[in-house]
Amino acid sequence: MTLAHPAPPGSAAGPPALQIDHLTKRFGERLAFEDVSFTIAPGEVFGFLGPNGAGKTTTVRTLGTLIAPTSGTAVVAGVPLTPDNGTEIRQRISIMPENPGLYLRLTVIENLELFAGLYGLRNPRPRIDQVVDAVNLGARGRDLCGSLSKGLRQRVGLARALLSEPEIMFLDEPTSGLDPVAAREVHDLINGLRERGVTVFLTTHRLDEAERLCDRVAILNTRLRSAGRTEELRETLFSRSLVVETAMPLDAPDGAFNQGAGVDGWHSDDPTHYVLNVSDPRVAAPAVTRALVGAGADVISIAEARHSLEDVYLELIDEDPEAARP
Amino acid sequence: MKLDAGRLLAVVRKEFRVLVRNRFIIGTMAVLPLVFLATPMIEIFRLSPGVPAIVVQRLAGSTFLLLLVIPVIVPAAIAAYSVVGEREQGTLEPLLTTPLRREELLLGKAVAAFVPSVAISYLLFALVIVGSQLFASNPAVASALVQSSQLVGEFLFAPLLAGWSIWVGIAVSSRASDVRVAQQLGTLASLPPLVVVALIDLQVLTPSVALALVFGVILLFADVAMYRVVSAMFDRERLLTGSRSGAARASRASG
Repeated sequence: MTLAHPAPPGSAAGPPALQIDHLTKRFGERLAFEDVSFTIAPGEVFGFLGPNGAGKTTTVRTLGTLIAPTSGTAVVAGVPLTPDNGTEIRQRISIMPENPGLYLRLTVIENLELFAGLYGLRNPRPRIDQVVDAVNLGARGRDLCGSLSKGLRQRVGLARALLSEPEIMFLDEPTSGLDPVAAREVHDLINGLRERGVTVFLTTHRLDEAERLCDRVAILNTRLRSAGRTEELRETLFSRSLVVETAMPLDAPDGAFNQGAGVDGWHSDDPTHYVLNVSDPRVAAPAVTRALVGAGADVISIAEARHSLEDVYLELIDEDPEAARP
Repeated sequence: MKLDAGRLLAVVRKEFRVLVRNRFIIGTMAVLPLVFLATPMIEIFRLSPGVPAIVVQRLAGSTFLLLLVIPVIVPAAIAAYSVVGEREQGTLEPLLTTPLRREELLLGKAVAAFVPSVAISYLLFALVIVGSQLFASNPAVASALVQSSQLVGEFLFAPLLAGWSIWVGIAVSSRASDVRVAQQLGTLASLPPLVVVALIDLQVLTPSVALALVFGVILLFADVAMYRVVSAMFDRERLLTGSRSGAARASRASG
């Protein structure tokens, strides 16, 4: 499915960091992902969401030239995705897999020295010190990676991904298994990357993380279910609504709500709790308030209903028959 | 093929660092050569002066054969670990996401297995020669061990056999799912060239410098051919997912 979606932020400034058109990957008869198209602007933090087995990691591996697409095209960091361009693309990007994959018998610095060499960094030591400091590992540089906790290994993986100053960073579940403090530090790092103009392609299961960090998100379930800003996805999927709470049940709710401008309908799951479908909450809320006060109701609160990214995700995945599989 | 010396060196340096901290590999590199050194040395020291010349020649031949088993077995143990070991540790994918070309990765790993293997082979060879010159009770043995055909064979065959063993080991390692299986299969698959070496050393084929050189050239071609086979087999997609990529299939179809 190809989704039409608004141009990403910054798209007017230059060519996209990542452009994918009808990309498909099959392993024999098994479909990994199909007909995926989207564009990411330079400097954007893009969330890539989906259930297990949706094809997220395979998409990242395909864009990272580790796997050849079956059909479709892509331009990664300005370079067309072709077998001949693998080295050039990999020079411009970095990928941090879910498992950081460190050499446990080598120290943090030795691990980073290896990758500095592979990215062709001249005089790498200052850069290594810089990235070690960036992930708050300064005191552990001489420790063997095998002696580090999972959180610290994740940080080494991030430092490694930062080494080459990539144009695009692909982060696959960067906070998986981290405690809240360590996860917050990773979030701060990603925000720091955004400020420095690095494009981040963030694969995550943590919807709160995606909502907090990402400029836009895409939801994949073998096919792309949706892509856009969280707000846009909410507006597309859910009608806007006001939630009214009163001290006592209303005697004539129809009358009260019908007096309010822009109320398209209402329902109530609780005698003192009403959900009003409205076209514009900013217009409807004052009118409804006036009507309720006029009707003598004791109003406790009137607020616009907020749908989280989780609501959006579940709505999109639930309506997908593929997701119904156990 | 355009190789980047910096990337190649980075792989070699990493391989050496990992190698010296891997007890299993170090153990293999230390114990096997000692076993292969001890057996011929005992025989050399025990051989009395009065034995017929044919016995002396056979002992010299079997000594060289044993010494040439070392550059086959030691690199096989290292090379068999090279790819499947990375995959088991989860380090293969991060490595493959870098600009590193497959030829650079393969050559880097090969150099790291080649240098210690050949160094150990030459060191043991030197120990046997020096030991026999100083301590052999039969002076004919000392003379037999420094024949020009045997010396040329040893110096030529050790690196070439190591090369063959390394490429076979990496090929097996690229397809194996377990380090132990890779090491067993890699060692077995490395042995066939030793048959010819055995025929020369046991004088079924008359040893001569010319024969050693001819066999050396054949081994060299075999090494280059095996490198090409391994390079063609080394497909990123297959290593990560178990399926061969469309690009690899197209490349193979077009020859």
